[in-house]
Amino acid sequence: MKIRLDKICHARSGDKGDTGNVGLIALKKEYYPIIEKHVTAQRVQKHFEGIVLGNVERFELPNLWALNFLLHNALGGGGTKSLKNDAQGKTLSAALLRMEIEVEEKEVKL
Amino acid sequence: MKDKIRIASGQGFWGDLLTAPVDQVTKGPVDYMMMDYLAEVTMSIMQKQKLKDPKLGYAKDLVELFEKILPICVEKNIKVITNGGGVNPLACSEAILEVARRLGISKLKIGIVLGDDILDNIDELMKQGIELKNMESGESLKSIRAKLQSANVYFGAFPVVEALTKGAQIVITGRTTDTGLTLAPMIYEFGWKESDWDKLAAGTVAGHILECGGQASGGNFSADWRSVPDIAHIGFPIAEAYPDGEIVITKHDNTGGLVSQQTVKEQLLYEIGNPKEYITPDCVADFTTIQLEDAGKNRVKVFGVKGRPATEYCKVSMSYLDGYTAIGTLTYSWPDALEKAQKADEVLRTRLSDLHLEFEEVRSEFMGYNSCHGPLVPKMNELNEVVLRVGVRSQDYKAVERFGKELAPLILTGPPAVTGFAGGRPKPSEVISYWPALIPKKAVKPEVVIKEV
Repeated sequence: MKIRLDKICHARSGDKGDTGNVGLIALKKEYYPIIEKHVTAQRVQKHFEGIVLGNVERFELPNLWALNFLLHNALGGGGTKSLKNDAQGKTLSAALLRMEIEVEEKEVKL
Repeated sequence: MKDKIRIASGQGFWGDLLTAPVDQVTKGPVDYMMMDYLAEVTMSIMQKQKLKDPKLGYAKDLVELFEKILPICVEKNIKVITNGGGVNPLACSEAILEVARRLGISKLKIGIVLGDDILDNIDELMKQGIELKNMESGESLKSIRAKLQSANVYFGAFPVVEALTKGAQIVITGRTTDTGLTLAPMIYEFGWKESDWDKLAAGTVAGHILECGGQASGGNFSADWRSVPDIAHIGFPIAEAYPDGEIVITKHDNTGGLVSQQTVKEQLLYEIGNPKEYITPDCVADFTTIQLEDAGKNRVKVFGVKGRPATEYCKVSMSYLDGYTAIGTLTYSWPDALEKAQKADEVLRTRLSDLHLEFEEVRSEFMGYNSCHGPLVPKMNELNEVVLRVGVRSQDYKAVERFGKELAPLILTGPPAVTGFAGGRPKPSEVISYWPALIPKKAVKPEVVIKEV
């Protein structure tokens, strides 16, 4: 079954230069293995096609039930150079929460 | 030695909620208040102000704020630590001393941390072989040397500790790290050593939680945002620190907002890179070792933090002039709002092209439709209204200025049902680009000055 990430996660995003970061946090401990398995750097790269022009890096923080994504070259130059309304990537978190993953029904109890 | 200290977060950026620091020193017990004012481009904005007037170049909000809080801080013996000194901590301290004199306060010691501003020493440093290459692109500083606006070394907690040791009640710094402002009082009060890596990392983590003010206590909270009580009167976070490095994040009882594991987690993940290597001048903190636990209502315990030795380098934050931008908007209403806005964009681009103006980028976004999530958004058939937002960037000031004159004519010479031009022509503004670099710690010298009224 398909599940949208906002059903099982919360998130916050910000910027460092032209790189956006998104912290994706499972709402429950049992959801962490699901996002660890399904929300890979490759999947996120594909999701952000046309927004993230560089590569996507993923780091795991199982202690916080969280993944941290670095989205390189994603902010139109960053800082005062960027012409984007969201020059600091504040809404990239919500953009990641739009992503759908395909999971086995037994994997997740909502 | 005290068995615990309470450090309050008063400001998370230059422009934050002005009532927060007043609430922090009046609504409950605190021993210290830290206030972070500096973002990546803030220093260059302050540098420009200082060039116009040598008495400026710091967060001017501090003067008005200290008029309100200084008598309270003196009475309750609350120490205040802030990097709002910007590029002119001396002028900032003079302004605060003047407030103290006006209020009849005496025997107040202000500690000032200097030495982070290396703009005047750049050529000397480069001669010594310190290249200050862009740590992201690897480019040589020579390519932008002539356009350099500001250059500041990130100092850690220890210069602030020195100021506290010398009896300062107020500590004003320039480019001290956000985390150092919170870590410093813990080092000072608990006698932590420069090699107590786990404790320094714990204090650094506390600093990261406090450095964005209300963002740790219910602000910008993405989980169940509706559940945050009385966010209008949000209480900023407070770190209750213990000598062994354990921290409890909390807030004053009679305030709004929320401190929960979820609000703390969101802030822990804010603007971090590799979580195993959170690098500051004081230590390298490992965010994958942080443990959280509920410790009562609006109380979250933070423990188990591991740290590693600091590196031999400090980060330098530099900025340089990099052309001009202008951004303008027009609002299109139903019916066919998006189609009209798209047509207007096409007309504008045709006219700009006819004028042969040189732009590095022309960017159009349709607010109400795709300005946040771009290609991720689903197609919409019927929007009530759309704001066309067009931005241009160029090294040529005149091109950017001319763009500003091409937007308004669309009202009478483009698609219909258009409004929202009350702000006038978009004016060119300078692009300040950021140049991060590394400098060996041996090449920088923090200096602590104490002034007294």
